Amino acid sequence: MTRPRILLAKPGLDGHDRGIKVVAMGLRDAGAEVIYLGLRTTVAQIAAAAADEDADIIGISVLSGAHLEIARQLLAAMKAASLDIPLVVGGTIPPSDIAVLLRLGVGRVFATGTALPDAVEGMLRLARSRAAVP
Amino acid sequence: MTARAEAGREDTAVPELMVGPVMAGPEVTTGPEVTTDSGIPVAAVYTAQDVAGGPESLAKRLGLPGEPPFTRGPYASMYRGQLWTMRQFAGFGSPEETNARFGFLLSRGQTALSVAFDLPTQLGYDSDHEMARAEVGRVGVAIDTADDMADLFAGLPLGQISVNFTINATAPIILAMYLVAAEREGIRPSQLTGTLQNDILKEFLARKAYVFPPGPSMRLVADVVEYASDVLPRFNPISITGYHAREAGCNAVQELGLAMASAIAYCDEFIDRGLKFDTFAPRLSFHFATTLDLFEEVAKLRAARRLWHDIATKRFAASDPAAARLRFFSGNSGTTLTAQQPLNNVIRSTIQCLGAALGGAQSIHVMGYDEAFEIPSEEAVTLSLRTQQIIALETGIARTADPLAGSYFVEHLTDEIEARARSVLTDIEESGGAVRALEIGLPQRWITEAAYQVERDVESGKRPKVGVNVYVSEGDQEAGRDMELFQPEPGIAERQIVRLRRRKAGRDRNACDATLRHLEQDTADGRNVMPSLIEAARSGATVGEMSDVFRQAFGEFREPSPW
Repeated sequence: MTRPRILLAKPGLDGHDRGIKVVAMGLRDAGAEVIYLGLRTTVAQIAAAAADEDADIIGISVLSGAHLEIARQLLAAMKAASLDIPLVVGGTIPPSDIAVLLRLGVGRVFATGTALPDAVEGMLRLARSRAAVP
Repeated sequence: MTARAEAGREDTAVPELMVGPVMAGPEVTTGPEVTTDSGIPVAAVYTAQDVAGGPESLAKRLGLPGEPPFTRGPYASMYRGQLWTMRQFAGFGSPEETNARFGFLLSRGQTALSVAFDLPTQLGYDSDHEMARAEVGRVGVAIDTADDMADLFAGLPLGQISVNFTINATAPIILAMYLVAAEREGIRPSQLTGTLQNDILKEFLARKAYVFPPGPSMRLVADVVEYASDVLPRFNPISITGYHAREAGCNAVQELGLAMASAIAYCDEFIDRGLKFDTFAPRLSFHFATTLDLFEEVAKLRAARRLWHDIATKRFAASDPAAARLRFFSGNSGTTLTAQQPLNNVIRSTIQCLGAALGGAQSIHVMGYDEAFEIPSEEAVTLSLRTQQIIALETGIARTADPLAGSYFVEHLTDEIEARARSVLTDIEESGGAVRALEIGLPQRWITEAAYQVERDVESGKRPKVGVNVYVSEGDQEAGRDMELFQPEPGIAERQIVRLRRRKAGRDRNACDATLRHLEQDTADGRNVMPSLIEAARSGATVGEMSDVFRQAFGEFREPSPW
């Protein structure tokens, strides 16, 4: 079985990267191939990198409160690039915004308080379901 | 180090009141591996024999409050003479919205201000920049021009109130705008009190709001300190910070070692500039976290003062005692707070505020209990402020200085943390000093690895978190759903852009361009940029325009891969 390929990035200007790095290490230790684009990436860069890297899933982390606008922009950029893979969003997400993100088309939301194994297994499951499609 | 680490007598029974699944009981209190959060072994009991060198030697290591080596506090009378400053970090939306929050806090007894800026302001983008759009007014107030700065402080007595600015990469620009705003109110720079964070090294290390590469960034820090040493005698031009490395994952010992390594790098830079240590050092301030390991935190804060005194006197030959006297601000740790059972955060914050006060802090910020979800509501910030007021006024903590001095355990821990922080410092020095260590990513790796370890310890139950891996209740995952959270006013970016356009339209374009060319010239020639920044701020130049001058001259820093 091939290793799921997971693309992680911090879009926008937020520099809080403790969470995304911990998730990256958790995914790596669970056997995933992790591509971390780092800080201040644009939605265009993320969509392009996901296509180039043949990622099975994209994960972004936003702790600045800009998650709704960034998710909207990124989903549009993914659609424009015909990129049909799940997007998951982590970070400081107020409870009322979780449903909004899911309605926009986000696959999963991992808000503050998510246990590391839940985030890791949740992403792996989504990534594998996509990787299984020939 | 004591060898009596085999306690083993604690009650390990899990209370029956517990509801819901339990990942781990309190087994962490038993067995040979009992340590503080930073890994210092802890014995079941401490006696006089655990305090190295006996009473006379201890007396020398302590001194009296206000006397070298300042272990017991920077001032003789401590809180009896003056309480710590209650300084809740605040800022969101437009200058008017933040001004209203400032008024709210002051009306409830806050004694100073602390400004949070939005990310575009911190990173040198105007509100209409494409990188800024989604972030305008989110984590702090949006400031584009000196006019915005004047609106931010409208009606506040700048000559009397101390203001802290959490700003780093664009610190010189924000300081220039503040000086212009004060000037319009007829306030002289010599009257201004407060602190500019201006600690760029910890941005590379942990907070990540850097813009320019380390070399030119250090020059800008030094420009501010040099300028301030001439014209801002009551203002702290830098706050050297261990807090953010701690929040990003490292432990108390590493936090102290890293802060001291940064302090040394800055002092070297200022001295290279021709500044005298005895002149600038009395105005250096520090910033540490206070987390939940109460005794370790108090010991760390005491050790910090002693270690800095040692560095200042031995390494930099301080002759003025004030140049070796460490003063600090303490912020509670946001990473100790939980989304589950959020009211528990009130208790966590109370203990952290108590730790900061027992450690002798000069000013304190207490986190809002709702900050796992949003920036704090008015109710949450009021409770934070009330936490400080209750500890200050109702517990008797202010009656006497350094009340934990002489505790066998606390003195033992203070010695141990000092020794271990020195060893962190040695590791940094051996890798070439703080700036070089950052460039090769050494402390960043410590921080990331430590953060991962903490998370795995929470997962395994080794590190108990009430409501997270122990004493979990049904419905905890939905916590926060019914809370009254802060609601940002929609349309802040659009409103700020309209305001920016109006301001740009209202200024004398040619005069403004001339000041920006002057700034370019001073930047290129290596002159202190503060005078031309002030001139540019007066003429209506924006944060983005001034930052672009530096971007052109210095380029932008891109972080190396963490792995």
